[in-house]
Amino acid sequence: MRSIVKNGYQPVDSPVDRVTKRRWGFVEKLFLGLTPREYLNQALKNPFNWVLGVIFAVGFPIIVYRFIFGLGSVTHSSNDYPWGLFLGFGLFVMVPLSASGFLLGTTVELFGRKDFKPIERLALLNGLMGYFFAVVYLLVDLGQPWRLPYPMVVAWGTAAVLFLVGWHVAVYLTVQIMEVSESFFEWVHWPMAKKFIKRITIGLTIAGIILSTLHQGALGALFTYAPNKVHPLWYSQEFLWIFFFTSSIFAGLCMVIAVSTVVKKTMAWRCSEEWLSRLDSQTIGLAKGASMALITYFVIKLIGIAHDNEWAYLATGWGQWFVLELAGGVILPLFLLGYGIRNERVGIIRLGAFTAVAGIVLNRINTALITFNWDLYQEIPHILEATIAVTLFALYIATYRFILYRLPILYAWKPQPAQAREGATEWESVPGALGQPSAAYSDISMPD
Amino acid sequence: MEKITRRKFLSVSLAGAAAGALSASGQALGAGNFMGYPEGMGVLVDLTRCIGCRTCEAACNKEQHLPEPALPFDDMSVFDEIHHGGQKRRTDENAFTVVNRYDQIQGPPVYRKIQCNHCNEPACLTSCFVNAYTKTKEGAVIYNSKVCVGCRNCMVACPFRIPAYAYSSALNPVIKKCIFCYDTRLKYGKPPACVEACPQGVMTFGHRQNILKIGRERIRTNPGRYIDHIYGETEVGGTAWMYLSNVPFEDVNFDVTLQKEPILANAQAFLSQVPMVLAIWPALFLGFHRLSTRGNEDVDENIKSSNREESQS
Repeated sequence: MRSIVKNGYQPVDSPVDRVTKRRWGFVEKLFLGLTPREYLNQALKNPFNWVLGVIFAVGFPIIVYRFIFGLGSVTHSSNDYPWGLFLGFGLFVMVPLSASGFLLGTTVELFGRKDFKPIERLALLNGLMGYFFAVVYLLVDLGQPWRLPYPMVVAWGTAAVLFLVGWHVAVYLTVQIMEVSESFFEWVHWPMAKKFIKRITIGLTIAGIILSTLHQGALGALFTYAPNKVHPLWYSQEFLWIFFFTSSIFAGLCMVIAVSTVVKKTMAWRCSEEWLSRLDSQTIGLAKGASMALITYFVIKLIGIAHDNEWAYLATGWGQWFVLELAGGVILPLFLLGYGIRNERVGIIRLGAFTAVAGIVLNRINTALITFNWDLYQEIPHILEATIAVTLFALYIATYRFILYRLPILYAWKPQPAQAREGATEWESVPGALGQPSAAYSDISMPD
Repeated sequence: MEKITRRKFLSVSLAGAAAGALSASGQALGAGNFMGYPEGMGVLVDLTRCIGCRTCEAACNKEQHLPEPALPFDDMSVFDEIHHGGQKRRTDENAFTVVNRYDQIQGPPVYRKIQCNHCNEPACLTSCFVNAYTKTKEGAVIYNSKVCVGCRNCMVACPFRIPAYAYSSALNPVIKKCIFCYDTRLKYGKPPACVEACPQGVMTFGHRQNILKIGRERIRTNPGRYIDHIYGETEVGGTAWMYLSNVPFEDVNFDVTLQKEPILANAQAFLSQVPMVLAIWPALFLGFHRLSTRGNEDVDENIKSSNREESQS
């Protein structure tokens, strides 16, 4: 892609072809304004596509194999370890990393911080992608996935935490599709539908906060059913749901920083200049939010230990593992983010964000798998189970990228290309950014 | 202006609450202190009488039409089996009850039969999001495979690690566990097959209230013979199957760290917050919105438009 951009190609960013003044057709938009041959050529030149291709070639047959021969043929899920990587990673990790949608929705729409508008759409899409793929992981894990709608229509187990999770994820997925559809409607040029979504934005955002508060917490509350299985240091009857909710805040924010870093490195051609020039200042803003959530999380984790008087466990091997998780996944990113914010070193912030994301992965896997059955025995996931988990994650990346290439997430859709060239502000009503948007936000030097 | 705003404020709050309520649900309907049906049946297992003959396993296998095991039921080498993770045998999709031998430092080995304990307030039941489990008035915890989605949360929740899953089945994997012979026996007032088959009279079947009394009586009239505890009387809110032992319960691999409250009680800290979040968040965050965007011309348009939310969500 980079080379054809160098040769003067400009990806579709408005309904009309700049050169021929002709309206783009839907299929043409899908191919980013390239001919199918050109599109294929650039795709084959990208080594990452080959990596994805290999993963899919190996992984998809294994997924088919799983549905023919059952869960037992590909996982180490057992009667002692009912849940493996599909839920341990796919559900319990993907959902907190996708809290970004409701966080940035709240920041921009509810608190009126329009200066975060450029990154909002990426955050919303990140949320939608994560939840959608959490459901995909779930479908692979469920014994009878075709019965997924049962808790909605056939039988209601209203006293179950999972009932709440199921309903909330379903409703929130709908909310997120509506939130992201704004950019889709721009892209397919359905102005009426976009207008409608804009009108209900506040309602959608508030629904998002409610649903997220409850189901992020509920994922933690699920483990209160297993007080004798989860290690005491990771278990807290009273606070586990608050731990999960609080950590989802920095998880979501750091995931947006991480994804935007990858985007900047790998698909700068798709980003508008303004998006790129304002990314650093927005990254610092997100980092400030994340660091507040991190320090809060650290404090309440300590309160959790004190509340149940579990200090003695810290001296055991499990305790060292716990300290390692907190030191590497909470304290280290907190330090990196703090240093980065203070010295406006965006590179350090990005490193901190990746560390925090890793910390969340470790925490959720610890709770769901590693410390689960801590006094029984430890289970190692089946190689095919890991392969499927990697395949689905590759599918997540591919789908994510497919949408980022097309919808106006990283760039603003220009309704009339003539106007757009005048250099008007892309994101409406940006305080302080009117006039010279790039100059106003480019005072932070980029380390990389 | 002020009046209209307030009305709109309220309607938006209601819309938000409706959005939440639709998805709602989490209220714990089960009473926190449900202690079982008064007429519920139970079984007292006296470990001091068990000789490890596995007749109960054979009876269960026959009654529940389970497949024939690899080793016959009179093969006692199964007691020496070490399974994955250094574990002794456990219940699985083909065996709803299992007897294990526990060698003691002093004295003869003690045999322990495991099966579903049929909790008064079962964790499997309360963790199930499709209500696949039912606690019958006779005391059995039964399972409806027709609605089971296969999330296996019940297996995570069961404090005794009893429910097993038919992982090998691709098209119709279901939970397999002891159902107290509900369909064929308990419903008609008959004891389960394992109890009836036992040649040693290890198990006493009766109303849970009565067999508790029998258990206490046995402890009282045989000083020194039993540990002064009936396992299952109070564990996780009480179970229908209870145990007497002459050795400390942890020496026969009982989990002695279990709480006295039903497992559901743990989730209630969270579940009780659900209606509050649903009710308070809309007004709270709309309030924040008003406070932080006051003077912004977007605001009124936003509030106006969010009225539509009511019909939307």
